[in-house]
Amino acid sequence: MNKQSNVYTLVYIIILVVVVGAALAFTAISLKDRQQANADADKMRQILASVNIRPAADSIIADYEKFVIESYVVNADGTRDNSIDAFDVNVAQEIKKPDDKRLLPVFVCRLADGNTKYIIPLYGAGLWGPIWGYISLDSDASTLYGAYFAHQGETPGLGAEIEKPAFSGQFKGKRLVKDGAFMPVTVVKAGQKPSGSEDYVDGVSGGTITSKGVAAMLDNCIRPYKTYLEDIAKK
Amino acid sequence: MAEKTSFRNVLFNPFSKNNPVIVQILGICSVLAVTAKLEPAIVMGLSVIAVLAFSNVIISLIRNTIPVNIRIIVQLVVVAGLVVIVSQLLQAYAYDVSKQLSVFIGLIITNCILMGRLEAFAMANGPWPSFLDGIGNGVGYALILVTVGFFRELLGSGTLLGFRIVPQWLYDAGYANNGLMILPPMALIVVACIIWVHRTQNKDLQEK
Repeated sequence: MNKQSNVYTLVYIIILVVVVGAALAFTAISLKDRQQANADADKMRQILASVNIRPAADSIIADYEKFVIESYVVNADGTRDNSIDAFDVNVAQEIKKPDDKRLLPVFVCRLADGNTKYIIPLYGAGLWGPIWGYISLDSDASTLYGAYFAHQGETPGLGAEIEKPAFSGQFKGKRLVKDGAFMPVTVVKAGQKPSGSEDYVDGVSGGTITSKGVAAMLDNCIRPYKTYLEDIAKK
Repeated sequence: MAEKTSFRNVLFNPFSKNNPVIVQILGICSVLAVTAKLEPAIVMGLSVIAVLAFSNVIISLIRNTIPVNIRIIVQLVVVAGLVVIVSQLLQAYAYDVSKQLSVFIGLIITNCILMGRLEAFAMANGPWPSFLDGIGNGVGYALILVTVGFFRELLGSGTLLGFRIVPQWLYDAGYANNGLMILPPMALIVVACIIWVHRTQNKDLQEK
């Protein structure tokens, strides 16, 4: 057989690709459940991190079920939408929709000391790729209790600093409602003040675009919750 | 007897005398990227050993059937397939590490050591020596990775595998972690130091 002929080459590469493709498909399908479980556990870890609970790797699911007592989806007018599980909402897709069309997930968390916290997911764009996080509110639906930020590929030492407690810790105690007006917390350059009267935290030095991304993400992701949060505050 | 020594050479030469990283200077990019901590360095080393050994065996088994004009493509398809499988396994069984290593597992495909060994060794030798060659070169690569990772994590973070090594009283006495060790340039400098020590030990490797 002529191994240099075009027919041989063509048949050879087709067989090779089919064999390799079948092997990959088999691997992907047989590992899918495990990978999904890992991704879910990682999401639970991030949600708990926003209320400053950092469970060990083997107790994430148990702690999540213990502390997160309820999770649901609300609409921009504050009504609940029971057609979908809050955990399954893809925030990355939701932020592209207009405010009144969005599904807004809320995770209600009861801490060991009996206080109730409301956790809101965030998603936005940094300098090199997506950034995301979770922010938790006290039961007055205004005071921030904690924040967790993560990123895909921000510059180490600069934009990537948003994931450090030194940055996310600044959010504790800031308020969304000031003088009766609803204004999401913003991020400004260290030493500066925002033009409005809203609460603010210092951005990361050398990570200006990432910091602005966090500010835009906070505004874009928290603003649709206005009605819902006002309803909670009234209760 | 002669054959036995050659098997031994195939397996052990890449550890030191013919090390892919510090003698052939291949695969430097991943050495810079994944060695800031010891754990990803170990996982990356193991992944490369596995991919290199299996791709060497597979290519060696089918070497007489591969049409010469598409041999590089065939090698790439085999390596890419194995790398994706390793990456999927890590996502299923070592999720945190797979997040840390992120793109670098995928970049094993472009690791020069792999293509170098496939083209230079597996295409011309039987499966068993090819397997040994893969293990040898993989271990040679992993040794350097782990050494660099050891020094960078110890000096840069004061920890090893996440456990605190540098005692608190040393910090109280004014010792500080060297933040520069975490950054990629220090990996290059640590590799250079290893090469320096290695060439002092092996005078025959020194260029005139």
